[in-house]
Amino acid sequence: MKLSLTRRYHFAASHRLHTPLLSEEANQRVYGKCSNLYGHGHNYSVEVTVAGPVDPATGMIANLGQLDPFVETHILEAFDQKYLNEQVPEFAPEKSLVPTTENLCRVIFQRLKTFPSARLERVRVEETSNNSFEIEETIDGAR
Amino acid sequence: MIRITRRVEFSAAHFYHNPNLSPEENLRVFGKCNNPHGHGHNYTLEVTIAGEPDPTTGMVLDLKELKEILQTEVIDRMDHRHLNYEVPELAGQIPTCENVAAVIWKLLLPRITTGTLDRVRVYESPDLFADCTAGDSNHMGAGA
Repeated sequence: MKLSLTRRYHFAASHRLHTPLLSEEANQRVYGKCSNLYGHGHNYSVEVTVAGPVDPATGMIANLGQLDPFVETHILEAFDQKYLNEQVPEFAPEKSLVPTTENLCRVIFQRLKTFPSARLERVRVEETSNNSFEIEETIDGAR
Repeated sequence: MIRITRRVEFSAAHFYHNPNLSPEENLRVFGKCNNPHGHGHNYTLEVTIAGEPDPTTGMVLDLKELKEILQTEVIDRMDHRHLNYEVPELAGQIPTCENVAAVIWKLLLPRITTGTLDRVRVYESPDLFADCTAGDSNHMGAGA
């Protein structure tokens, strides 16, 4: 029997899908309206799943009193009400990492995998209520 | 292989308290969930069964049958109950959603004889849920 705990968090941010590795025409063709010059925004929801043994003393895999402030510090304070392309270092222009929600999943996983109290198993990000993306821990560690 | 999921809801009270810890420790670990008067949630339970559809009925498991099992094993035990005092299966455990999911898994496992119990998901609120799956033996729940 395996147990996991999932907590949902919410933040709002803007982004623009555009890469200097492609021509303007190619950016328009690939990203369409998501490539519009001034960016646009979403209400993101993030599901953070941790797994591991349940501590018999607390009945918990991870205490939300620890998980919530960890996510607040590493994700929400960094992403909420921000422009991902310019205000999140992983997406800085010189990195050429497009802030698609696939890449956002990876960035969030990397930021959260140092959570000390339980094993980070999965990060799932909803960009809208119709689009979701997820990443799981792999055998050789987080991607 | 097909997975089918049935969702049911129940409402229950609980609080978190470990008698082996001091009052100060209980408050530090459990915060406002340590309020001895308890508090409550509208729980949502999702039960997933995996299997091949029966060639005659087209069903993995008749959802009416699953509904009756969930009524008997979960709703009758937990709905409008205090999980700390009225659910013997949780005796001696902190009634977190991890432990509630593990207890429901153990209650349902012997009752699912058509298809395989694949996942028990217990939502304590829309933003917090625990999953219990078969998994491996290294991640046993408390009291497992």
